[in-house]
Amino acid sequence: METKSHNRAQQIERYAGLVARLAPKSDMAKGVVRAFLVGGLICTLGQGITDFFAYKMEFGTQAASTATSICLIFLSALLTGLGVYDRIGKFAGAGSIVPITGFANSVVAPAMEFRREGLVMGVGAKLFTLAGPVLVYGIGSSVIVGLIAFFMEVM
Amino acid sequence: MILMYVKAFIVGGILCAIGQVLLLKTALTSSRILVGYVTVGVILGALGLYEPLADFAGAGATVPLTGFGYALSQGAMEAVKSQGILGAFTGGVTSAAGGIAAAVFFGYLAALIFKPRMKS
Repeated sequence: METKSHNRAQQIERYAGLVARLAPKSDMAKGVVRAFLVGGLICTLGQGITDFFAYKMEFGTQAASTATSICLIFLSALLTGLGVYDRIGKFAGAGSIVPITGFANSVVAPAMEFRREGLVMGVGAKLFTLAGPVLVYGIGSSVIVGLIAFFMEVM
Repeated sequence: MILMYVKAFIVGGILCAIGQVLLLKTALTSSRILVGYVTVGVILGALGLYEPLADFAGAGATVPLTGFGYALSQGAMEAVKSQGILGAFTGGVTSAAGGIAAAVFFGYLAALIFKPRMKS
């Protein structure tokens, strides 16, 4: 009887060890697969929009890419407003953050949330809560790149 | 044509999967990931490493935020060729202007139209 309960305790212990060892890994794998699938789908949608502008509207490569960004940002703003993008985000994690739609979401979500603080310091300022850092580092580093390119050309 | 969609799916998916690994394995918040992706895009674009990826994967490389950074650095470098040092300041924002203006405009509209909902 005693050995049996001892076995049982051992079993539970082993099982707990197994759970601890395996659970985070499978969460990791699940999250990565979801991010891959949703992020991939958003980019595939982007490719469809790009092709539409490149072939049907005869935009150049750069213009088609810009038009695609604008369309995706519009879609993301709409879905964020309807509360759908947050649900996609819960499922997809980085799959909904990394694409340009995630950038748009980071603009819209705080602006909506702080609407009650007024149109200037509420919406106007909070639009840039997350987009601000992105623009600061993106634009800042692009100026550095431009300056380096300039001095390399001069020398 | 179909192949382009497959490539966009796979490359875009991988870039997001890397983001997910960073999210889970490091203490990086989503805003830091956004900033990191843009900056990495600027650097890879400047080194000429992102252009082959954009040619290969199309929207798979331009839709993720690294593509936003790539557009910024590409714009700055091209503008320097035509306008000299002034281009370093105007080129980046010019090429990313569509996205920035769209985010501000649609973001503002959405905040006016939609009511924030309770978090469930």
